[in-house]
Amino acid sequence: MIRLYNDLIIQTVCRIMIPLIQLFAFYVIAHGHYSPGGGFQGGCILGASFILMLIAYDINWIKRRFSENKNVILIALGVFIYALVGLLCIFLGKEYLNYSAFQKLIPIDIARVRALGTLIIEIGVGITVMAVMVSIFLNLITFGKHEKGEV
Amino acid sequence: MIWIMEILILTILLICALAAIHVKDLLSSAILLGAYSFLMCILWAEMGAVDVAFTEAAVGAGISTAFFIGAIYQTTRRTKD
Repeated sequence: MIRLYNDLIIQTVCRIMIPLIQLFAFYVIAHGHYSPGGGFQGGCILGASFILMLIAYDINWIKRRFSENKNVILIALGVFIYALVGLLCIFLGKEYLNYSAFQKLIPIDIARVRALGTLIIEIGVGITVMAVMVSIFLNLITFGKHEKGEV
Repeated sequence: MIWIMEILILTILLICALAAIHVKDLLSSAILLGAYSFLMCILWAEMGAVDVAFTEAAVGAGISTAFFIGAIYQTTRRTKD
C-alpha cells in the first residue's frame, strides 16, 4: 500500500521548507502571549512540518525517529509540564495555575512573572499537540499497525 | 467597501461547501474542504477574531486536510452514492 516514492523536486523543496516551518512554529509558541497564536496553534504547525517530512521521505526512516513509545512519552511530558506548573502554584500558596505565586521564587515584576508562567504552560501544550498530531497521522496511514513494525 | 468583500467571500464559501458535498471524487472533496476552511479563516480575520482565524488556518486548512488525504488512501477514491 505505502511504497517509497523518490521525487527530487519534492524532497529538495521539503528540505528547504521544513526548517522555516519549524522556526515559525517556535516563534508562534514563544510569542503566543503577546500576539495571536499560542501552544495549540504552534504545536499544530510543528506537527504539520513532521507530517510533511513523513509524506516526502521514506516512512520507515521516519518511524525509527518517531516510534510509538517516543510519541507517548512526548504526549505525557507535555501534560506533566502543565500539571507540574499548576501544582507548584498550589504548593507556593496560591490557586491552581495562579502564576503570581512564582514571585516568591523569582523576585521580578508581577506581569513578567505571569508572562513567564504562560510561556512554560504553552511549551507543554505545544509538545503534547505536536506528538498527538504525528501519532494520529502515523496510525491513520498505516492502519494502526505502525507500532508492530509492519507497514 | 468592506461589505462587498464580505458578500464575495460568503458566496465563494457557499459554493465551496455545496461542491464539497456534491462532488463524486473524495480527493477533490478534501481539497474543497481545505479551500472552505481557508475562506472561513479570511472571514474570521475580517471580523477581527485573529486568534480564531489563526487556529482555523493551522488546524482546518493544514492538519485536517492531511488527515483526510491519509484516510482516503485507505479507502476507494470515488463515492458510491
